[in-house]
Amino acid sequence: MKIVVSGEKKEVAENLTVAALIEQEKVETPQYVTVSVNEEFIESGSFADRILHEGDEVEFLYFMGGGK
Amino acid sequence: MNSRKRVLNMRITIQKSEFKKIYNYALLQLPDEACGLIAGYDKEDGSREIRKVYLLTNTDHTNEHFSIDPREQLQAVREMRAEGLKPLGNWHSHPETPSRPSEEDKRLANDPNASYLILSLEEKERPVLNAFHVESVNGDKVVRKEELVIVQEVENG
Repeated sequence: MKIVVSGEKKEVAENLTVAALIEQEKVETPQYVTVSVNEEFIESGSFADRILHEGDEVEFLYFMGGGK
Repeated sequence: MNSRKRVLNMRITIQKSEFKKIYNYALLQLPDEACGLIAGYDKEDGSREIRKVYLLTNTDHTNEHFSIDPREQLQAVREMRAEGLKPLGNWHSHPETPSRPSEEDKRLANDPNASYLILSLEEKERPVLNAFHVESVNGDKVVRKEELVIVQEVENG
């Protein structure tokens, strides 16, 4: 099936989970990454259960913060 | 964010008009820290060109911390893509301290492909903007200063 990952169209396996996509995409320091699917933020505890579907748009976003 | 490893050249340019946007916004947000994203291009030689800055909400609303609103972050990233730009990192202000990453800045800098810009307003009339690359090496955060150049207009190439 086809999905869009960080703006790029990709062919991926059916029933791919968010967790498997993170691994497949070799996302660095994934523990600090927020994932959105079709603009909905996914709880990190649900990554292994959230199955992706044809046409889904996935974004990986690093938490951006700091302090003085 | 891009999962591909960045080729480091450590030179990064920002147009003067974009620098002024950051500066003016940061002044308006005082006494709080201000923050946002930067977007542009990675060049073949590994240098970077910031074409557009995004002025986003610091959800912490304090002068000691910043957290970029994730919904605004997502919207900004989508806008970058629509305009053919690439997310290059973020910027934030230090209202009272120098333009260098604090321990908390380093701890929370987890995107090895990002450039982290810090604007010091220690002297309000003399803002100092620096860019840094932060990477985890064997559990330690290694900070390298990038060569930030403020340009009048877009450089060729």
